[in-house]
Amino acid sequence: MSLIGWLQIGLLFLVTFLLIKPLGLFMAKVFSNERTFLSPVLGPVERGFYALAGVDPKKEQGWLAYAFSMIAFSIAGLVALYAIQRLQAYLPYNPQGFAGVAPDLAFNTAASFVTNTNWQSYGGETTMSHFTQMAGLTVQNFVSAASGIAMALALTRAFIRSNATTVGNFWVDLTRSTLYVLLPIAIVIAIAFVAMGLPQTLDGSVTATTLEGANQTIALGPVASQEAIKQLGTNGGGFFNVNAAHPFENPTALSNYLNILAMLMVTAALAYTFGQMVGDRRQGWAFVATIAILLIAGVGVIYWAETQGNPILTALGLDNALGNMEGKEVRFGQAMTAAYAAVTTGISDGGVNAMHGSLTGLGGLIPMFLMQLGEVLPGGVGSGLYGMIVFAILAVFVAGLMVGRTPEFLGKKIEGREMKYAMLAVLILPLSILGFSALSAMLPFAVSSISMSGPHGLSEILYAYTSTTANNGSAFGGLTANTPWYNTTLGIAMLLGRFGYVVPVLAIAGSLVGKTKTTASAGTFPTHTPLFVGLLVGIILILGGLQYFPALALGPIVEHFAMLAGQTF
Amino acid sequence: MSTALKHKLFEPTILWPALGQAFAKLAPQKLMRNPVIFVTEVVAALVTLMFLRDLVIAGGKPLFSGQIAAWLWFTVLFANFAEAVAEGRGKAQADSLRRTKSQLTARKLMSADGIDVTTIPATDLKVGDMVLVEAGELIPGDGEVVEGIASVNESAITGESAPVIRESGGDRSAVTGGTQVLSDWIRMRITAAPGSSFVDRMIALIEGAERQKTPNEIALSILLSGLTLVFLIAVTTLWGLAGYSGTVLSVTVLAALLVTLIPTTIGGLLSAIGIAGMDRLVRFNVIATSGRAVEAAGDVDTLLLDKTGTITFGNRMATEFLPVPGIRAEELAEAAMLASLGDETPEGRSIVALATGEYGAATPAKQPDAIVSFTAETRLSGVDLGTRRLRKGAVDSMLKFTGLDEARVPAAFRQAVEQVARTGGTPLAVAEGNKLLGVIHLKDVVKPGIKERFAALRAMGIRTVMVTGDNPVTAAAIASEAGVDDYLAEATPEQKLGYIRKEQEGGRLIAMCGDGTNDAPALAQADVGVAMQSGTQAAREAANMVDLDSSPTKLIEIVEIGKQLLMTRGSLTTFSIANDVAKYFAIIPALFVATYPALDNLNVMRLASPESAILSAVIFNALIIIALIPLALKGVAYRPVGAAALLRRNLLVYGLGGLILPFAGIKLVDIAVSALHLV
Repeated sequence: MSLIGWLQIGLLFLVTFLLIKPLGLFMAKVFSNERTFLSPVLGPVERGFYALAGVDPKKEQGWLAYAFSMIAFSIAGLVALYAIQRLQAYLPYNPQGFAGVAPDLAFNTAASFVTNTNWQSYGGETTMSHFTQMAGLTVQNFVSAASGIAMALALTRAFIRSNATTVGNFWVDLTRSTLYVLLPIAIVIAIAFVAMGLPQTLDGSVTATTLEGANQTIALGPVASQEAIKQLGTNGGGFFNVNAAHPFENPTALSNYLNILAMLMVTAALAYTFGQMVGDRRQGWAFVATIAILLIAGVGVIYWAETQGNPILTALGLDNALGNMEGKEVRFGQAMTAAYAAVTTGISDGGVNAMHGSLTGLGGLIPMFLMQLGEVLPGGVGSGLYGMIVFAILAVFVAGLMVGRTPEFLGKKIEGREMKYAMLAVLILPLSILGFSALSAMLPFAVSSISMSGPHGLSEILYAYTSTTANNGSAFGGLTANTPWYNTTLGIAMLLGRFGYVVPVLAIAGSLVGKTKTTASAGTFPTHTPLFVGLLVGIILILGGLQYFPALALGPIVEHFAMLAGQTF
Repeated sequence: MSTALKHKLFEPTILWPALGQAFAKLAPQKLMRNPVIFVTEVVAALVTLMFLRDLVIAGGKPLFSGQIAAWLWFTVLFANFAEAVAEGRGKAQADSLRRTKSQLTARKLMSADGIDVTTIPATDLKVGDMVLVEAGELIPGDGEVVEGIASVNESAITGESAPVIRESGGDRSAVTGGTQVLSDWIRMRITAAPGSSFVDRMIALIEGAERQKTPNEIALSILLSGLTLVFLIAVTTLWGLAGYSGTVLSVTVLAALLVTLIPTTIGGLLSAIGIAGMDRLVRFNVIATSGRAVEAAGDVDTLLLDKTGTITFGNRMATEFLPVPGIRAEELAEAAMLASLGDETPEGRSIVALATGEYGAATPAKQPDAIVSFTAETRLSGVDLGTRRLRKGAVDSMLKFTGLDEARVPAAFRQAVEQVARTGGTPLAVAEGNKLLGVIHLKDVVKPGIKERFAALRAMGIRTVMVTGDNPVTAAAIASEAGVDDYLAEATPEQKLGYIRKEQEGGRLIAMCGDGTNDAPALAQADVGVAMQSGTQAAREAANMVDLDSSPTKLIEIVEIGKQLLMTRGSLTTFSIANDVAKYFAIIPALFVATYPALDNLNVMRLASPESAILSAVIFNALIIIALIPLALKGVAYRPVGAAALLRRNLLVYGLGGLILPFAGIKLVDIAVSALHLV
């Protein structure tokens, strides 16, 4: 670790911190259906969409109708994306002439992009046509992110309203999230990316003559535009197979900075938006503080573990000055690789600028653990916020009784019904992550996809199901996931992780919105104090992470200790 | 009874039956109500099978699996025992109640106004039956006096031995079965069928037979069941994940891991906490009709308190003498004292007490010539001592007595009268002949310490609202002196009801107490309504708690008991969940150290061997239930400080404590286990 490295990390979080308030306030305005500076331009477009779709923006929905709209929209997206991939050979913008995508892979990819996961069992530049990338994947990059924001908004409104029945209109939330938030920022970032040297073209590839005189085909495409929304919408699905480690996706240290910033800003600012909308900004800051504590700790551990390097290699006479550089890009360095790895997994982004499978045992543990915590640090756009609220509800419930009142969060009593749905949501994650992992660890044909023996092999499986269930999408590398077994089960894991979680969350919103909002008093459990932040951190670690401890002990933890002991497998 | 209620925490008379109960409660259909402990029982049965298998197969480890099985059964038994002890403490009270109730007979009137009676067992009474009860007899059932007046000893229920008057009509017409008529006779109409009378309900509640899970208990059970499922998933999948590296985990060790991780501590103590909470109320002589009400008491935001009896002593008392110029205070005090000799009202007595006490006035040596007694018509009293004609009384009556017209009343007197009235007090005038001597300040005296009590309530976030029939000026004066947050002057039952509704619309929970029939609607509307045992049947029906002492201050204690119940539940939940961290560090290295020796690094407690580590964690997990039974029954100490301070303290003690304590605890058990060579 170095001071310069920490300064880089510090600057990154400082810039994010400075963006939170202005962006958060802007989004609060957008989602409260107020006028913003973009309204004169986008207002007519927005109304045009509603007219076209026959949506009455004034008509609000109850939680069931809201959930139904979201699921119907997602199914439609799933079917469309599946069809585009299967039929891409017959569709335009296919300069490389790729064939249709195989059914299991097409299902996996469709599930992946609809759920905001962006797990990629394929190599983008060798599988997907430009049309698929643009009209299929990039569209889902926008709308899956917007759906996530919409879900968070429905839950937010449950804390604003008293004795109400409706939680908002899904179509309005979807449209406004896309039109006012994601699209304008994505355009700005895409232009910045182009300026930094990312390709933006409809050409398939260029051919270069190497020094040896051989011909090399270098894949190109509309990279900058996809990169922008990939990060902004916490999607993470790269244009190229190696994702943001590829020089066309992430050419410089500066573009790397913008990458991380882009994935952090909207989702972090949403915590503030929540506080603003429920009328308690301190609540927003409390969430931001919780996120910051865990995320920066994560960055720190990865940074430390990676710069410590591998004593086994040092013993073999390798220079350990830079630490463990396997799978990393020299142009980013240890600090910005650590920051990228922690942020991309703390957020359900899933883009990578280094190969996580090449991290040390401890360094690889952190990304996996951050995902297992349920993607709330700060998590995917929207999904992170509603995940955090579920944790806040659990924290309030467990500890809130200790002040001698039945638990309440922001004036809403947390009772049996909310607990039932919260536990249902919380159960989905270990069921899918541990269930599928254990199954794969026992099935010979699933085990055969592993590239490494020893505990690292188990980590590969565990990471894959963690990443998909948590809708992260980053890959550990090493696991040959493009097989029918993995494509199918990982696809199911993604759908479970998204819809199995969000439907109970919407049910919570439906239950809470009908309750009377009580006024706070000195006897009310305060949920915006440093003490609550500490409690929330503890609850996230204990209720969110403890159940994975045995599994992690058999993977990255034992790997770490074995490395220290000089043991190889 | 209130003294009989105070059992020690662990009395042999309660402990022995509770031990038997702990075994009886092993019946799965009973344990089903408690999912966490039910899972523990299933797992214990499973490990017992493993133990039996280990006994017969070669290479089995019956010593290890046998001990694990035994401690898992202990875990279940300890949880059952906790519940049985809590129930047992209630049963002792219920039994004494039941004794008073048994073998009651009734003299049933054959017609409403007739005199023919037949003696029947009280259990044969029906609602609407007319019963005659005479001096010395026990009242056979709950009902309403329709004719007659009698003094009744209600000590069987209230513990208060002073008899109370019960008469037809008005607010004192309700009588309770099991109480005794001391003098005179009453005719009463039975209003509750046998088995559903007040005493019956009381017995059922105390015994916990009618115990329904309260809303918060249900929600907590869901959380605990959910956690149990989460760990069930984590443990069962571990078998597969371990299989990858060639480790074969036995059912015994997986069972041990599961039971230590699921929240057995709070799961085992949850119902004991609830029963103990009801029990604590009973100890305060309050009967709640449901646990729901006790929980709601903890949530109360606003207390509606009757002024009289709660905030003030209920009688106006003399606090000050204000003489006119030329008269010394002592002279005025003496005159007032003499004039009040003929006033037997509490107000009159308070004047005598103040004058003789603080002003040193002496009672007259010789008998006064004439005493003018206080009456409601004259509104004055006095004495004639020789030529002195001393009088005191209401200002207008006294002006009439002295015959002074407006102009001749001294300005100083007028000012004194105004000054007293302005502060909400009542001025009384004192005169000798036609000369005004000064003014007595009568006021409603606020109980000592009540202001601090309200300040404490405010720190807890509870607003206090004083309800009084006084005029707004008087009400405001007393309100500010007592330090209540708001007051309702010249309050009518409708106004009370309206105030409660308004507060509830703002999302606040209201508690109030009342006794009259006209309080019934407000009692029913309030989230926590406490009726006085001395009150009417209607009030008692409408309320969800009955205060046997008929003390209006009780409301404050009830709120504290409610809060204590919730705090105990929350503290033990936090403790239970925080415990898991240490258990992981005990068991996980033990499970895998054979496959991966490097994992011994996680054995931070340096436990002796894998088997002793697992056994120690299981033993600690069982013993902690026993260790926490006293806390569950007594409740977490409650302090009236703000929520933030309470949270900080409890989080430190039960959160951090729960994190750290098991490390030390498991280590100690491990030392004992290896010293005794148990594995």
